[in-house]
Amino acid sequence: MLRSSQPLTGPNRKRCREDEMLLGTVLDEGERGFIIDTRSAQAAKQARMTGGGTEPKSSYPQWRRLHRPLERGRPLQESFIKLVEACNDPTINMDRWLSRLESCRWLSHVKAALSTACLAAQCMDREEASVLVHGVEGTDTTLLVTALAQVILDPSCRTLVGFQGLLEREWIEAGHPFHLRCARSAYSHARLKQEAPLFLLFLDCVWQLSRQFPFSLEFGEHLLLTLFDNAYASAYGTFLCNNEKERRVGCLCKVRENTHSLWSWLNRPGEKKKYLNPLYSHNTLVIWPSVEPQSIQLWQGLFFRWIRPSQYLDEAWAETQRLVEGN
Amino acid sequence: VENVRLLDRLSSRKAALGTLYLTATHVIFVENVSETRKETWVLHSQISSIEKQATTATGCPLLIRCKNFQVIQLVIPQERDCHDVYISLIRLARPVKYEELYCFSFNPKLDKEEREQGWKLVDLNEEYNRMGIPNNYWQISDVNRDYGVCDSYPTEVYVPKSATAHIIASICRSSQPLSGFSARCLEDEQMLQAIRKANPGSDFIYVVDTRPKLNAMANRAAGKGYENEDNYSNIKFQFIGIENIHVMRNSLQKMLEVCELKSPSMSDFLWGLENSGWLKHIKAIMDAGIFIAKAVAEEGVSVLVHCSDGWDRTAQVCSVASLLLDPYYRTMKGFMVLIEKDWVSFGHKFNHRYGNLDGDPKEISPVIDQFIECVWQLTEQFPCAFEFNERFLIHIQHHIYSCQFGNFLCNSQKERRELQIQERTYSLWAHLWKNRADYLNPLYRSDHSQTQRTLHPQMAPCNFLYKFWSGMYNCFEKGLHPRQSVTDYLMAVKEETQQLEEELEVLRERLANLQKSQLNDNKVESKQQDRSKQLGLSTSNNSLANTPQEYSNDLKSFPSRSPSQGDEEDSALILTQDNLKSSDPDLSANSDQESGVEDLSCRSPSGGGCLPSEDSGKDSDEAVFLA
Repeated sequence: MLRSSQPLTGPNRKRCREDEMLLGTVLDEGERGFIIDTRSAQAAKQARMTGGGTEPKSSYPQWRRLHRPLERGRPLQESFIKLVEACNDPTINMDRWLSRLESCRWLSHVKAALSTACLAAQCMDREEASVLVHGVEGTDTTLLVTALAQVILDPSCRTLVGFQGLLEREWIEAGHPFHLRCARSAYSHARLKQEAPLFLLFLDCVWQLSRQFPFSLEFGEHLLLTLFDNAYASAYGTFLCNNEKERRVGCLCKVRENTHSLWSWLNRPGEKKKYLNPLYSHNTLVIWPSVEPQSIQLWQGLFFRWIRPSQYLDEAWAETQRLVEGN
Repeated sequence: VENVRLLDRLSSRKAALGTLYLTATHVIFVENVSETRKETWVLHSQISSIEKQATTATGCPLLIRCKNFQVIQLVIPQERDCHDVYISLIRLARPVKYEELYCFSFNPKLDKEEREQGWKLVDLNEEYNRMGIPNNYWQISDVNRDYGVCDSYPTEVYVPKSATAHIIASICRSSQPLSGFSARCLEDEQMLQAIRKANPGSDFIYVVDTRPKLNAMANRAAGKGYENEDNYSNIKFQFIGIENIHVMRNSLQKMLEVCELKSPSMSDFLWGLENSGWLKHIKAIMDAGIFIAKAVAEEGVSVLVHCSDGWDRTAQVCSVASLLLDPYYRTMKGFMVLIEKDWVSFGHKFNHRYGNLDGDPKEISPVIDQFIECVWQLTEQFPCAFEFNERFLIHIQHHIYSCQFGNFLCNSQKERRELQIQERTYSLWAHLWKNRADYLNPLYRSDHSQTQRTLHPQMAPCNFLYKFWSGMYNCFEKGLHPRQSVTDYLMAVKEETQQLEEELEVLRERLANLQKSQLNDNKVESKQQDRSKQLGLSTSNNSLANTPQEYSNDLKSFPSRSPSQGDEEDSALILTQDNLKSSDPDLSANSDQESGVEDLSCRSPSGGGCLPSEDSGKDSDEAVFLA
């Protein structure tokens, strides 16, 4: 599986021999590859006007391009804000709750993200083909797809250690601009242009997986909530800045020298226990989620965290732990 | 009929070829695939509707929809055969006499005494004693001993001591007062006074009318209606609008239509669900139950509940309130007692509502289904508070419609006695109790704080707390549910822990003894090792094997939800399991394949070999990804 940004074909349909060679080395004679473009076909075409574009079929004959538009940017942030508003609105009747939920579109985005990741996973696992994923920059929806696909495909990414490695690799080092994307969250009226909850969408999708496969992830909801919190505001330097360059060179603070790593804290023996899933049992198989609407639920633990009493569910979780540990 | 195809509801590519059999009690489809010969059994009583669709080149399609939400699509090659099957099924699915129902021929090979014991398992006299009556304020009355006063009520009813025989005609679980616009009924009013006096701690009672106010007012024009507060002293009136049986019937219908959508988007689903209004109704019933529970537990005030006739919404609402108030009803036995008391003994019209016999379609309504769903919603909110699990609720619902047992036949105790149900059929409660290990909730502890008190669900804001119950309404769509059940796993863990603890005790004793005498230590150790192998929990993840669904809308690619290899092996296990259980298969196990398989895989002492690994052969009917 590969990821990149969009090819810069531009309005004159420029070719790039180096790009073509690079993709060429991935495939053997007669093999096929798939390119998953996270923009709609039309949006991808229009991108040519601003210097971007898509891979022309003639230059990449072994690759088949598929478009799976995923929401990003301002519309995604709006969706998030609307959802949080709806969840906090005490006046909504049961008559209107579901349509209000629908109008936020958040669950549709979860469904689309999971479907696309599953598609990428299918290409690799079932078709045994290579997959290239890209959107525009390669730092948002691209990472959502590649990271999720790995959780689906690779059992080591489902361990606590492996998941942290996945985050480092596919989000932090890959250059997801956390500083821009996770700025003010849903309550702010600032409506910053660059803000968008891609990382939260990823965590939501992982939560859906944990619900559908309760034995297959070594970590639980508590880890996902902690990551969500720390992406926006943290005592640790892990999610600071927008990319590696800023963290090492650009930023005045020199992250590695001056801050502590979230991972070092999470992995301390006393802390670690809280994040582990007592039901975990190493599963070497691929986990294929159902993306039917009935299977995708609203992440209550996140969106109703401060509204609904979690006491009874916490007790249930404690009881589960007690049963498993007693054994 | 041979060469019939059973279609997978979501992917026409996955059709199974086999033979269709019609017996006196079931429709059976047996797959041709020689090694497994997987069987699908459907009880005639479960059939809700049959639709003959337009003949195509491949044959004549027949769609069977069941009351337990299973949907079966068959394709019969010859139109003539299809028509014959259609006509036969229509007749078989609409029995005219009670004797045609399965419970009268079902034979679990028990003797007469066992059958009788089965019926005695739930004893309402015991229950009333447990509740503390008769006492100073309440006594038993036999005024209805020949069903002379009310033929839908039981022969023994409890009434306030201060109520004379002549006013007992009005009763605490009442139907609407026949007040009209201006008439008064002195007996009614006196009865309510008697009820109020039976609770010396409060100087008023609530009268809860579970109908929407408009409906109640409309009833006034027909000489019925609701209590005029001026005439009844010391009552506080409360309307908690729950819609009538026709609205509920339509609501369920609309929701099932949403479930039948092919590849719905999130929008389609959410809009469809909202339009059906189903969750809104569930919440209304729950809110009414919460109101009543609060009045009794927090305010210490008695509550009189009624609707139009007193056997639908009243039952729902009183049962929910009882569950909230009394932890006994949250135990398995207690729940059976609750249904027996509030629904069976008090004349809920099972026959009319659930169509045991062919009758007026306008009387059909998912009243008890809604109550059962309320219970499930509560188990989701309070996971440690109930002794039973989801499977228990689903099996009860299935058997209300299956007529395999005699508990839910007819419309009243009187009718059941006339038909001699207890002598001629078997009790569901005995059957469930026998298999109670399958129905336990591993998180339940009787000493837990959640289980001991009144439950206080939030009333608002809590729309989000009501979830769509895909375990019930998509019961038969395997791909939607997690392949391994957490409940079953935890039950297995619990059992093993218990066994190990008992084992430990035994070993401790033996060690103590050994320290006195002189024996070979090696013997003890090897025994210990053997034991732990036997008890080894299978958490093998081969059971998590599943296949991807169709993730791409526009490109026909991969097989849809139901894992195919999984099915073949699963059904072989089911047939074995049924053979072990009894000679007459429990038909709910046949239709509830998922849980049956999971039980076996979780507890198998031999390890994880039961279910195929996900990679054990690519599906032959997987299309190439891109056509």
